[in-house]
Amino acid sequence: MSDSDTPHHDGGHGHDGHDHPANLAHHFDSPRQQFDAAKVGMWVFLATEILMFGGLFCAYAVWRANHPEVFLAAHKKLDMTLGLINTIILITSSFTMAWAVRAAQLNQQRLLVILLSLTIAGGCGFLVVKTFEYSDKWDKGLWVGTKNLFNPRYEEPSDREANQAPGEQENQAGNESENGLGESNENTAPEMPPEMSPEETPEEASEQGPVAAPDAALQDPDENAHNDEPEVMRSAIPVPGMGPPGLSEAYSDQEVQRQETPPTPEELIAQLPDHVREKWLHQFFQVYFLMTGLHTLHVIVGIGLIGWITVRAQRGAYSSEYYTQVDLVGLYWHLVDLIWIFLFPLLYLIH
Amino acid sequence: MSVTTTPPITVGHRQQPSSPPPGSNYLNARRGIMSWLITLDHKRIALLYLFGVLGAYFLGGVFALLVRLELFTPSPVLAGSSEKAWELYNHMFTLHGAVMVFLFIIPAIPAIIGNFVLPLMLGAKDLAFPRINLASFYFWLAGGLFFTYVLIKGVLNFTFPVLETIWGPGGLDTGWTFYTPYSTTLTQTAVVEATLGAFILGFASILTGVNFIASIHTLRPKGMTWFRMPLFLWSLYATSIIMILATPVLAITLLLLAAERVLGVGIFDPNMGGDPILYQHFFWFYSHPAVYIMVLPALGILSELISVFSRKHIFGYKFIAISSLAIAFIGFLVWGHHMFVSGQSPLANAIFSLLTFFVAVPSAIKTFNWLATMHKGSISLKTPMVYALLTIFLFVVGGLTGLFLGAINTNVHLTDTYFVVAHFHYVMMGTVLFAFLGAMYYWWPKIWGKMYNENWARIAAIVVFIGFNQTFFWQFIMGSQGMPRRYATYSTQYTRHHQFSTVGAFVMTAGLVMVLANMVHSVAVGRRAPRNPWGGNSLEWHTPSPPTTFNFDRTPYAGDPYNYDHWRYVSEEEGYVYDPPDSDDEDITRP
Ligand SMILES: [Cu+2]
Repeated sequence: MSDSDTPHHDGGHGHDGHDHPANLAHHFDSPRQQFDAAKVGMWVFLATEILMFGGLFCAYAVWRANHPEVFLAAHKKLDMTLGLINTIILITSSFTMAWAVRAAQLNQQRLLVILLSLTIAGGCGFLVVKTFEYSDKWDKGLWVGTKNLFNPRYEEPSDREANQAPGEQENQAGNESENGLGESNENTAPEMPPEMSPEETPEEASEQGPVAAPDAALQDPDENAHNDEPEVMRSAIPVPGMGPPGLSEAYSDQEVQRQETPPTPEELIAQLPDHVREKWLHQFFQVYFLMTGLHTLHVIVGIGLIGWITVRAQRGAYSSEYYTQVDLVGLYWHLVDLIWIFLFPLLYLIH
Repeated sequence: MSVTTTPPITVGHRQQPSSPPPGSNYLNARRGIMSWLITLDHKRIALLYLFGVLGAYFLGGVFALLVRLELFTPSPVLAGSSEKAWELYNHMFTLHGAVMVFLFIIPAIPAIIGNFVLPLMLGAKDLAFPRINLASFYFWLAGGLFFTYVLIKGVLNFTFPVLETIWGPGGLDTGWTFYTPYSTTLTQTAVVEATLGAFILGFASILTGVNFIASIHTLRPKGMTWFRMPLFLWSLYATSIIMILATPVLAITLLLLAAERVLGVGIFDPNMGGDPILYQHFFWFYSHPAVYIMVLPALGILSELISVFSRKHIFGYKFIAISSLAIAFIGFLVWGHHMFVSGQSPLANAIFSLLTFFVAVPSAIKTFNWLATMHKGSISLKTPMVYALLTIFLFVVGGLTGLFLGAINTNVHLTDTYFVVAHFHYVMMGTVLFAFLGAMYYWWPKIWGKMYNENWARIAAIVVFIGFNQTFFWQFIMGSQGMPRRYATYSTQYTRHHQFSTVGAFVMTAGLVMVLANMVHSVAVGRRAPRNPWGGNSLEWHTPSPPTTFNFDRTPYAGDPYNYDHWRYVSEEEGYVYDPPDSDDEDITRP
């Protein structure tokens, strides 16, 4: 037991009268009680975290059960190596974190700071790899949502313009009034997955206008009966202009501007060779970004917390007498790690 | 621990008739608005919650009255044209439900009564995490402001339609359930703001639950084993477990809903491969247990009141304690009974129906134990006891009509009718509001150090009770005859029912105004309250009224909370005085 904390306090064991240890809040009787309360509170909080992610995992299960083929095909777009690297990074950082708690318990001040810094490095490394992964998906136009305003590329008309039969424009106008979504369609129509059209023969395209629109399919099921895709897949095609009309209108200005600077559709097509699979990427990546996004948010919060206790540790705030915060942040970090351990196989290792 | 040199606090203590000297209790310990806004004292935070939640209740009540007004005749009442009136009606019933559920009923008893009483009952100086407690209040406030924003935006858009083109849609017309796909793709109202508000309110709920669980686990005083806790603490414990386990699921559901609306993520949209029924599963996985977040604390209060005012030990203590946990547990398994007509598989329907009936078992255990407690007790009909008895009545009516809704065949007939409306108002609103008012009267002397006017309080209780039943009992009949819920108009065969019901709503309002007037009068000029006006034996009655900032001069020793043998009524005190037992050292407040 070296120096450590509790400078204005007479020895750390004095429960005589009102003289509490420096780190002991007034409403606790003993450091032990305070530590127990904090620990119970943290475990209960972790339970809420698990339940929250549990909701997402549940949504994942439902989605995957409904569209197994989508998950099977789409996960190949993920870089398994990067995922594996991240898994190793997180497990390692969990190890250094656990060791840091031990160092605090043993009053090894320098080691504590070093281990906490290593843990932060691990968290940052995870974020760096994740950034590479996310930006790669961004470049390929794989991003969350159909009509999201964050990713201009996905909404661009890719090969569709090339395949457009003459007169389709009018058909499209007719469709717009049918689905009652008005002018917002004009801007959101290009959101349709670019992979749709190659499947259609030019004749079909000219007959039905934007065949891909499910409302067309709904109105005339027989017309689509010869379509050799399973029912469930067709029903999952994103609808042009879906979503609240009010919101689409609000974004229309920005979207018009984006269309003035179109990215190259050729690149997109080159990256998306197999259209039958590609059209489902979108769905899978909604799940992917929701789950990993929420997890990444937790990693960022965790790095912030560890940074905070590292600063405190440098000032010698922790000792074998008082290391509650190190312990609790450690628990949190392990949970973040644990969630990734589940996310990795569920998203990257689908068979 | 914390041995002090102050004299013993209870023995032979006599109240002084003069007003309390400044600094002698938590109310006057510090002055200034900031001393309230950044207080860490659980009692002051409870009062912050009290005023906030009452504000929300007022708001929700105004919406309720507007809904009842619109239903006074089948033709439009609130606005000239039927189109405008119906639109307005949709907003009114949605905001009524959302405000009442999220801002009033869920926090009312745990955050106000629980916050105030739980540490006192534990003989503790505060909750385990005072800062988190304050944070929870500000989360609640932030969530409430979101709803207020939605409301004001809606009102302004309604008055000046041009505003909608400037700052987007306002108001809310989805119903408090936010069902998809209407909420995600069709409605032109401020769904995102409202869901964010509910999301933030979830944090308030979770933080309160974490705090309560940690406090009950670690702050119990010497002598208070798990099965010597007052039953109110058991019910708060069970409630906190539900808050912890159910609220995060609501949080993620609302996030998905917002993501779907803003980004077009298709998780609930069949056009994009999603599943709208999934939303209902998610939503009711939270919202059925949420009913027990509302009701369990109310039932815990009943256990306290009935024992104290019968001057008799609670009957079947362990059964009542365990039944709270049982309700919490079963409550997680029955959410599908809200979805019998959603296209859910018949097998799931049957299982959910069966499990729903299991909830009746612990509920009946509680009810019969209360009756057994009163049996041969010497019942005094003070206002809290009046409320307790009325609450039992409402709870039984609500519970028994729940059986009709839990059975699949009758449910198919009654679903989405006024029968459902009446049922959940009896369970959620009747039980919770009446227990809440009973608890307010019961702990009023402890909170403010003032007594209220007993006779007026009783009269007001009866008026509220009559008004409540007049409003809602008729709705059972209307509903069984087929009047659908959430309709702004109706066939003329229901006109009389609706008018009777609307009049009842105003009778109830009159009663509540009487309640409020009595309380304001009490704080202003009420007689000074004794330490223990009712003769209860849980630890909060062992400390002065109102308590000091740290509640107790010393850590008290807890005995059996339902043993009233050592409290003797002293008429000049108008309250009970503690006569410590001579030999039995377990029941005294000792150093
Ligand atoms: Cu239910």
